[in-house]
Amino acid sequence: MTPASKAMLTKIVVGAVWLFAVVWPMTGITPQGFEFGKAISIVGFAMAAVLAGLGLWKLRQKLDAAGFKPFTALANRCCGMPPWLWRGLLLAALLAFPFVSSRYGQDVAINVLVYVTLGLGLNIVVGLAGLLDLGYIAFYGVGAYTYALLSIHYQLSFWLALPLCAVMAAAAGVVIGYPTLRMRGDYLAIVTLGFGEILRIILNNWMQLTGGPNGLLGIKPAAVYLPDPENGWEFVRVLLKSPEAQYFLVLAIALFTVVSVRRLADSRIGRAWEAIREDETAAAIMGVNTFALKLLAYSLGAVFGGLAGAFFSAKMRFVSPGSFTFIESAMVLAMVVLGGMGSVPGIVLGALALIALPEVFRDFENYRMLVFGAAMALMMLFRPAGLIPAKRVGRRSEEAHS
Amino acid sequence: MDFFLQQLINALTLGGFYALIALGYTMVYGIIQLINFAHGEFFAAGGYMGVILLAWMNSQGYMQTHPWICLTIAFVLAMAYCAILAMGVEKIAYKPLRKASKLSVLLSALGMSIFLQNGLMLTQGVYDKTYPGVFAKGAVQMGGFNITYLQIIALGITGLLLVGLNRLVYKSRLGKAMRATAQDRVMATLVGVSSDRIISLTFAIGAALAAASGILVGLYYGSVRYDMGFVPGIKAFAAAVLGGIGSITGAMLGGLIIGMTEIFSAAYISGEYKDVFAFIILIAVLYFMPTGLLGENINDTRV
Amino acid sequence: MSAPILELRNLSAGWGSAPAIREVSLTVERGEIVTIIGANGAGKSTTLMAISSILRPMSGQVLYEGADTASVAAEKLPAMGLCQVPEGRRIFPRLTVAENLDMGAYFRKDGDAVRHDMEHVFELFPRLRERRDQKGGTLSGGEQQMLAIGRALMGRPKLLLLDEPSLGLAPLIVEHIFAIIRRINEESDMTVLLVEQNANLALGLAHRGYVMETGRISMTDTAENLLQNPDIRRAYLGE
Repeated sequence: MTPASKAMLTKIVVGAVWLFAVVWPMTGITPQGFEFGKAISIVGFAMAAVLAGLGLWKLRQKLDAAGFKPFTALANRCCGMPPWLWRGLLLAALLAFPFVSSRYGQDVAINVLVYVTLGLGLNIVVGLAGLLDLGYIAFYGVGAYTYALLSIHYQLSFWLALPLCAVMAAAAGVVIGYPTLRMRGDYLAIVTLGFGEILRIILNNWMQLTGGPNGLLGIKPAAVYLPDPENGWEFVRVLLKSPEAQYFLVLAIALFTVVSVRRLADSRIGRAWEAIREDETAAAIMGVNTFALKLLAYSLGAVFGGLAGAFFSAKMRFVSPGSFTFIESAMVLAMVVLGGMGSVPGIVLGALALIALPEVFRDFENYRMLVFGAAMALMMLFRPAGLIPAKRVGRRSEEAHS
Repeated sequence: MDFFLQQLINALTLGGFYALIALGYTMVYGIIQLINFAHGEFFAAGGYMGVILLAWMNSQGYMQTHPWICLTIAFVLAMAYCAILAMGVEKIAYKPLRKASKLSVLLSALGMSIFLQNGLMLTQGVYDKTYPGVFAKGAVQMGGFNITYLQIIALGITGLLLVGLNRLVYKSRLGKAMRATAQDRVMATLVGVSSDRIISLTFAIGAALAAASGILVGLYYGSVRYDMGFVPGIKAFAAAVLGGIGSITGAMLGGLIIGMTEIFSAAYISGEYKDVFAFIILIAVLYFMPTGLLGENINDTRV
Repeated sequence: MSAPILELRNLSAGWGSAPAIREVSLTVERGEIVTIIGANGAGKSTTLMAISSILRPMSGQVLYEGADTASVAAEKLPAMGLCQVPEGRRIFPRLTVAENLDMGAYFRKDGDAVRHDMEHVFELFPRLRERRDQKGGTLSGGEQQMLAIGRALMGRPKLLLLDEPSLGLAPLIVEHIFAIIRRINEESDMTVLLVEQNANLALGLAHRGYVMETGRISMTDTAENLLQNPDIRRAYLGE
C-alpha cells in the first residue's frame, strides 16, 4: 500500500468515525433508549457516496491522463463556429422550446429565466463592482409589490407598470446603497442582509398596504394586442396567461437583460466598476468617481431585479412575503458565484444548475434542500472560480488577501 | 420604573444569548475573515442536543433526583458535540478553500448552513421540540418586578462563560496564540504556531459557546425548532459587526445592545418591528463608525 | 566534519505560478554570519520564506542540519532551531511587547529558562523593558526591529534568518542593532543568515556573502573580497 492511499484510508476512517459521532446523538438518543440502526445506515450511505465519488475522480484522472477530453473538444468546436451562427441556433432553440416541451418543462424554464435575470442583475453589483450584496432579493420584492399594488388599485397595464417597477427598484437601490457606500467588504454584507430583512418584516406587518403574511391577490396578468386570424385579422387583447406566453414574456426580459449587462460590462462604466472591484483606492486616484459609480451599480442592478419581480407578480397573480426570504438572495448569489463571477454564460449555466438540477430530486422532496446545500459547498470545493470563469478578473478577486 | 427594570432584566438575558453566539462569529472572522453562515446552525444543534439529553435523563429518572448534575452534563456534552461538529465542518468545507476567493468560502458556508439546517429537520422533524419543564417556573420577587429562576440560571451561565472565555483569550498560552494567528498568520507560523490547529480550535470554542446559548434559549423559551438558528444567527452577526468584528469585548457589547434594542423597542414602541430597530441601530452605527464600536484599525491591509 | 547547518540545492520557488528564485544553491556553516545582498526584488525575501517552508520549493531542496525539510511542517521549524525575523518585522500589533516575546518562545515548555531569556533580551534592548506592557503596534520602527529580533532570540535559534533589519531605520539605531547581531553571534555561537540591500553594512558584519540578481545567485566570496570587488562597489556601494 502506498503512503498516499494509506493517508486516504486514514482520512476515510476518521471521517466515518466523526460522522457517526455527529449523527448518532441526533438520531439515536431517545427517551425510550439508545438506537443505532439509523445512524449506521446514514454513515454507511455517506461512505458509499464518498467511495463512489473517489472512484469517479480516479476514473476522470485516468481519462485525463489518456487524453480523453470530450468537453474541451466540444468547446473548441463551438468556439470555431462564427458567433452569429451559434447565437442564431441558440435563439432558435429558445424560441422553439415551449412547442416541444411539456407543461412542467415550461414551468422550470420560466423559473430558470427569472433567475437568469436576477443573477445578471446581481452580477452588476457583485461581479462587476465587487460589492457583496446579501439582500438583493429585496429589489425583486419591490418590483413585485409595485406591480401588484399598481395593478390592484389602479388597474395599470403591465407594460406601463414595468418602467415604474424599474424606477421604484432603482430608488430602493439608491436608498440601500447610499448608507453602505463608505463600508467595505463584509460590513456591506451584513448591512445589505439587514435591509433585505427589514423589507421582509415591513411586508409582513404593514397590513393595510401589503396584506401582511397573506399577501396580495387579484393581480392582472400582462396583456398584448395580437391580430386574430379568425376575426378578420383584427387586433384583440390577449392575456398572457398560458405558460407559453409567459415563457416568451420572461424570455424577452431575460434577453433584454443579457444584452444590457453585456453592453454595460464592455462600456466605460463597466471598466470603471471593474477598477473599483480590483482596487478602490487606485480607481479613485485614477479619477473614477467611485461614489457615483457604486450607487449606479446598486441602482442598475436593482432595475433588473425589479423587472423580474414585476414579471413574477404578473405570472403568479399573487405575491406574499414568503417569496422574498434570505434563502432566495443566497440562491441568486450562489448562481453568480457558481457560474463564475462576471461571466454571462456562466450565470446562465449557474441558474440552470441550481434551478433545474434540484428538480431532478423532486421525488425526494425532503432531501432537495439538503442536496442543494451540499452541492453548493461541493461545487465551491471543486470549482472555486465558478463553472465558466470570467476572463477579466485580477489578482484581488481571485486570491484571498493574505 | 419597575416596568423599566423588568425590561432591563429581560434585555440582559436576551443580550447574553446574542453575545454568546456573536463571539463565535467574531472569533472566526478575526482569524480567517469568514462570515461563518453555518454558525447559527451550531446554535440550533446545541439547543437540540440539550433537549435530547435532558429528555433522555428525564425518562431515566435522573432529572428528578439530580437536576443540577443533569443540567451540567447536558451543557458539557452539547458543547462538546457542537465543537466536534464545527471542527469537522471546518475541515471539510472551509480548510480546502484557504487560498480561494472570499466569496467561494462564503458560499461554501452558506451551503453548509442550508445542509445542516435540513439535516436537523430530517433527523428531528419540522415541529417544535419541547424542553422538559423541570426547572420550575418560580421567580424571585424584587419590589415591583421579578427575576425568574430561569433568568438567574441563564444570566449565571452566560456570565460564567463570558468570564471564562475572556480568561482563555487574554491570559492563556492558547489565547495568545489565537490572537497572534488572527493578527498575522504567517508570522505566527514563523514562531511555531500551527495555524490549522488554532483555526480548528477557534471554530470549536465558538461552536461550544453557541451550543450553550442554544440550550439556554431552549430552556428559556421552552422549545427548539430546526430553523431556530437563522434569525438569531443574523442578529448575533449584526451584534458582532456592531461591536467591531474581531473584537471579543465588542461582540459581548454588541450582543447586549442588540438585546436591549429588541426588548425596549418591543416594550415601548412596537413588537412587530423590533427587529427593524435592531438593524437600524446597526446601520446607523456602521454609517458613523465604519469599523464598529470597538473595532481596531491598526493596520488596514486586510479590509 | 558535520553537515553545514543550511544548504540550498538548486532551489526554485515563488508566490505565483512563475518562480521568483531559480536554482539557488548556497551553504551556511555553523557559527558563520552569511549575507545575501542584492537589489530590491532580487528574490532575497523569497529565499528566506522558502527556507522557513512558508513557501514550498517548486524544485530543488532545502537541507537543514543535513535533512530535507520538505516533509516538515513550517510551524515545526522554530522548535528545531530555525527562526526568522521577516521583512517588515511583522510585530503582532495588538499583543504587548512582553506577549510578543512570549510568542517567540511559544514552542518552549521550560518556563524558568524562558523568563531568564526574556531578561536577557531586556538587557540587550533596555528600551523594550520600558515598553514592556505597551502594544507592539504602537512602537517606533527601531523599537519594532529590536522587538522582532528579541522575539526570534526567545526561541534560542541555532540559525537566525534576518530580513533587512536596517530597512527604514536611522543610522544610529542600525549600528546598535548590527552590533547586537555580532555580539549574539560571538557569544552564543548562533549562525546568522542576513539579507540586506545595504551591502556596505552587511559585508562589514558578515564573514561571507552571496550576491543575488533577478532570482539567481550571481557571485559568492568572502565578505572582504566582495567589498574590494570593483563590480560590487559600482553596483551596490554607489561608486
